[in-house]
Amino acid sequence: MIKNRTTSNAGSALGSGRSPLINEKSFFARLTDRRSESRGKALIYCSALLMIIAVTAITLFLTLQGLRSFVVDHLNFWTFITGTEWYPDRANNPSFGAFPFIFGSLAVTFLAALIATPIAIGTAIFMAEIAQKWGTKIMQPVIEILVGIPSVVYGLIGLSIVAPFMRQHFGGSGFNLITGAIVVGVMILPTVASIAADSIRAVPDSLRQASYAIGATKWQTIWRVVIPASGSSLITAIVLGMSRAFGEALAVQMVIGNARNLPGSILDPAATLTTIITLSMGHTTTGSVLNDVLWSLGLILLLISYVFIVIVRYLAKRGEVR
Amino acid sequence: MNSKVTNRIALSVIVLCAAAMATILISMLGYILVKGLSSISWHFLTTSASPFMPGGGIKDQLWNSFYVLFITMLLTVPIGVCGGIYLAEYAKPGKVTSFIRTCVEVLASLPSIVVGMFGLLLFVNYFGFKYSVLSGALALTVFNLPVIVRVTEDGFRALPRHQKEGGLALGMTHWHTIKTILLPAAFPSILTGIILSAGRVFGESAALLFTAGLSTPDLNFGNWNPLAPNSPLNLFRSAETLSVHIWSVNTGGIMPDVDTIANGSAAVLVICVLIFNLFARMLGKIINQKFSGK
Repeated sequence: MIKNRTTSNAGSALGSGRSPLINEKSFFARLTDRRSESRGKALIYCSALLMIIAVTAITLFLTLQGLRSFVVDHLNFWTFITGTEWYPDRANNPSFGAFPFIFGSLAVTFLAALIATPIAIGTAIFMAEIAQKWGTKIMQPVIEILVGIPSVVYGLIGLSIVAPFMRQHFGGSGFNLITGAIVVGVMILPTVASIAADSIRAVPDSLRQASYAIGATKWQTIWRVVIPASGSSLITAIVLGMSRAFGEALAVQMVIGNARNLPGSILDPAATLTTIITLSMGHTTTGSVLNDVLWSLGLILLLISYVFIVIVRYLAKRGEVR
Repeated sequence: MNSKVTNRIALSVIVLCAAAMATILISMLGYILVKGLSSISWHFLTTSASPFMPGGGIKDQLWNSFYVLFITMLLTVPIGVCGGIYLAEYAKPGKVTSFIRTCVEVLASLPSIVVGMFGLLLFVNYFGFKYSVLSGALALTVFNLPVIVRVTEDGFRALPRHQKEGGLALGMTHWHTIKTILLPAAFPSILTGIILSAGRVFGESAALLFTAGLSTPDLNFGNWNPLAPNSPLNLFRSAETLSVHIWSVNTGGIMPDVDTIANGSAAVLVICVLIFNLFARMLGKIINQKFSGK
């Protein structure tokens, strides 16, 4: 009986191509199906592999190219890192001191974090603690749109609003370190705010209730209970914002003034690793010393980005343990 | 009493912070749109840029932006979706998986200019693609891949378990279940993420500076042969996109109406990104309604 049924089924499957209930396939179709399983699997694994390849290739290529200036052009690594004189086109005795750019990058990053953190954390608390319903309803789209605005537009705004404002009130050209920091600070605001809001929301309600139960005010609850409880993930939010600020190129380049000297104050024009690469890379020929040095700057950029990534991972792990 | 006063003050400061954020957005959008919309006209959108004379438009740049976006998505979506499926369905907890996860994280947090430099090294110089649409699209693929991977993984993880179990219970293979049941079910949320990431790609500039170049050859919009050097479809011509154009006009532009062009371009850029955002949002809402059965 059973055998009969199978044969008739197989026959109908062969005859009509598909049975009415489920797509039962013929022997050969099933064979190809199994092959499609392995083919699909291969496709999936290749894509996953590609991710590894991309990261490895980026690291490897930039490292090899970045080491050229030390290996091929025999620049001293230490004088390169700490030197403050950047005169790559001086005819006799050109000097490549990258310190002003490293300093500029770090200064912009920290100043931007300093500007962005209070407003971003404030917004996050507003969304997650004070006005949970309508606050989120209004601020969520605001944050999403701000995240979506391209960085050149932030640069353009800095160029046409912040820089003239600085020029009027603090003198100088208006293109300086603090202008760059403000532009980048505003740029990382939404990133920090949305991650911070998530981490505040993750604090269990029982903590808040316990705090209210012993008579704490809303602010005391926020300051003494909620913020310490979400501690390391709040710091993660800030570090992620800083890593974004650190890597930003064009927006900073448009407003920072692009000076080759170490800035004496936050009102002096400066330059960062990204801005000097942006400005000079197109004008150099491959293989020249300046070109190699720019790749070394790129390598430093990559390494510091990795440091940020490691910090974020460390913080995430610490958050998990707690 | 004292703690109550502190409470009042602190809470108002927090509200002020949120208000400041909203004000920043409104004033930025307002500034860009008010300044920019006056310089947008049909003429502005349909004329080529002129390097010296006033009255140049952004036709080529606008086309380049969309073309590079299209090619990028063509490359990113299949790879990214497959990568996301791997992480959601095939990855077994272990060293390899956590390494791939780390790689996705690293890719997502690399500065875009580093991706641009990598593109310059590999695609432009080593593969010899020169400054071209293809180099730019490949660099942006590296830049956009982690986003699509995450979106896909989240989309798959959000699916109820019984859908997968149902497929497997019918005797289907794992891949067949993914292909015919899970992927269609997760498709809407993946699509929302793809559209959002398209907005990000559309506005990206630093990664394109050294890969797609700062110039565009004279395009002949009547010539659709992708092999012709002046065809808009040619993959191997340099292509300055809209966001790169804003930057290059502001840093090195010598035409007398730099401000008008920059503001107009910025407005077009922002409007496009807003449309992407709105579209993704609407799609998300529709899907939500459909799935929650309201």
